[in-house]
Amino acid sequence: MSPEPYLGTMNRTPVSHHILSVLVENKAGVLARIAGLFARRGFNIYSLAVAPAERNARFSRVTIVVDAESAPLEQIVGQLDKLVNVVAITDLAPRDALERELLIASVAVDDESRTSLLDMIADAGASIVDVDATSVTVMLAGTPLACDELESSLEVYPKVELHRTGRVALPRLGRAVNA
Amino acid sequence: MQLSGAQALIKSLEQEGVDTIFGLPGGAILPVYDPLIDSTIRHILVRHEQGAGHMAEGYALATGRPGVAMVTSGPGATNIVTPIANAHMDSTPLVVITGQVATGSIGTDAFQECDITGITMGITKHNFLVQSAQEIPRAVAAAFHLATTGRPGPVLIDVPKDVTQSMMDWWYPASIEEFDLPGYRPEVELDDDAIARAVALINDAERPVLYVGGGTLKSSASAELLAFAERTAIPVVTTLMARGAFPDSHDQHLGMPGMHGMYTAVTAIQKSDLLISLGARFDDRVTGKIPSFAANAKVIHVDIDRAEFNKVRHADVAIQSNVAAALRALDAADATPRNLDVWWKTIRAWQEQFPLVYDPPAEDGLLRPQHVIEAIAAQAAPGTIVSAGVGQHQMWASQFWKFEEPGTWINSGGAGTMGFGVPSAIGAKVGRPDRTVWCIDGDGCFQMTAQELVTARSEGIPIKVAILNNAYLGMVRQWQEMFYEERYSEVYLNADLPDYVKWAESMGCVGLRARNLKEMHEVIARANEINDVPVVIDFRTDASEKVFPMVASGASNDDIMVHPLQRGGSK
Repeated sequence: MSPEPYLGTMNRTPVSHHILSVLVENKAGVLARIAGLFARRGFNIYSLAVAPAERNARFSRVTIVVDAESAPLEQIVGQLDKLVNVVAITDLAPRDALERELLIASVAVDDESRTSLLDMIADAGASIVDVDATSVTVMLAGTPLACDELESSLEVYPKVELHRTGRVALPRLGRAVNA
Repeated sequence: MQLSGAQALIKSLEQEGVDTIFGLPGGAILPVYDPLIDSTIRHILVRHEQGAGHMAEGYALATGRPGVAMVTSGPGATNIVTPIANAHMDSTPLVVITGQVATGSIGTDAFQECDITGITMGITKHNFLVQSAQEIPRAVAAAFHLATTGRPGPVLIDVPKDVTQSMMDWWYPASIEEFDLPGYRPEVELDDDAIARAVALINDAERPVLYVGGGTLKSSASAELLAFAERTAIPVVTTLMARGAFPDSHDQHLGMPGMHGMYTAVTAIQKSDLLISLGARFDDRVTGKIPSFAANAKVIHVDIDRAEFNKVRHADVAIQSNVAAALRALDAADATPRNLDVWWKTIRAWQEQFPLVYDPPAEDGLLRPQHVIEAIAAQAAPGTIVSAGVGQHQMWASQFWKFEEPGTWINSGGAGTMGFGVPSAIGAKVGRPDRTVWCIDGDGCFQMTAQELVTARSEGIPIKVAILNNAYLGMVRQWQEMFYEERYSEVYLNADLPDYVKWAESMGCVGLRARNLKEMHEVIARANEINDVPVVIDFRTDASEKVFPMVASGASNDDIMVHPLQRGGSK
């Protein structure tokens, strides 16, 4: 009997997740080095966000949500730190982190569903960024949980194209941070 | 001063004090081979790029200086991937230069193009794709800095052909700041608190063991180790990667631990109450089944690489440091265990009961491989360097050769690369021409890289190769005998095919053969008289010989199998 194909799981953030905010040199192949390290050591990445860092073209910031069940966090940080292009790693436990994520979704609507969608958008604190006769594009910048909730609410609509950025994070003010 | 990128590359290598490059030219690296003619650097022309890599490793392991190899793009580069992986596993400092197609052709599937920085990302400490001729000095300086500091390792520099052909204004980085490595900080400050906690553990220990790994050799800590061991009277074991870090003749030395370690070394670790790990990484070949490894021991883990802490085994005290500095700090803090007389009495009893043994050699017929190694060692000049391939012969060489100083054991540990022996012996001899270099090889390993003896003969590198020819892939045969009900699958090689003597002679070497004890002594004496050309000896050995002691894969070290002679049964 052939095994079932892997269908993936719709689990949300892993139970034991950590946020690594990784400052890297903005050089060709740096992301491949990080992704390759995670792949060959069997560390799981839940989400990944990359952008130039702090108005400085020399560095980029990679925010990685890691599954600290897949490997001890100490191993992940220790191995990551050995990558020569990695300049600094800030490790944030969820309780110490201010996490935000961006969700955008285009939802196909008819006259009937349009009203209920607009109500839901208002309730979720999301905003409308584009509209035409047959669909509405909604945006939410919020906590990962708020994005999760909006995503589930949108499941009632038959046709939704939804993208999330993966989260970025800063330490909560006044909390100790592990280097 | 205006130089071509190629001239700048050679000049940069000269700046780093490179005296030897092992390599083989080809299209993309062609521009660099031109200024090489005018350089003081010696180039050793290999017959296969894998040979260049292993020679560079042998050179590095024998001298402590980084080995340098240079090859062309595409297949030239992929042929040196195995040595790079090998050096990565064993933390050997290596700088590998690969040619690359011109920058404009990268990504177009050009002739002999391959993404060698991508391929070697996971098996180098770092790699560079040089984008302009002006960047060459920085890349070379940074590569040597990375390869030799912190935890050493291989660094690859990929240089496109148009980069070596274009012109640059000569400069060379004057300081680390100019290397442009903002994320690399190999120097760590010793943690006084960790030292204090380590001292407390040592002072409390009744059955401590110094578990000495390759990092002890990498940080040149042999003198510190000897001083610390003698002052504290703690027993010492040296792993396969650390052979030579502590003299085998020293009576505190229990030998090698692990899957084929000495009974006493393995058992002392198992029964210890404190393991002091010095630049070792709790490799599976040492620990056996991890939960039962030294189950009652606390662990002090000294390593320059913090990612080794708690990777395999929980460290009660982790000291991030090179081994030499940590030992000096422990000495300064006057770490002194209690009286270890009871512990030593136990250890001496194990040594007496389970010394290293093998079946007595027969007057006629096939040789005992262990006996061949002992016979070579008995006639070898002091300070002889020994290299090995991978397999039974490697384990016997590590067990039966007596290593007295660092840099005398050249071997592939973590990767287990068959064919390592001949080229690494050549590299070692180039680095230490004053020393005799023996390669203890197997017949399977020899056939993988023997063509480099042509290199050795042409370049005047007189190594000696002892093939322990049992006509089998011996270690695999041993496992099939012991664990696969003697079902021998694809391990028979034929002792007479190839004819090793003729093969050696065709490569310009002296070829000798020994089929019995009398011939064995004769050929060893003959080999020791020849110092101008390489010598290859075909020793016909008994395939039924197995390596003991042995801990079966995945078994607990408590279940170590000693030699059949010590079990009172027949093998």
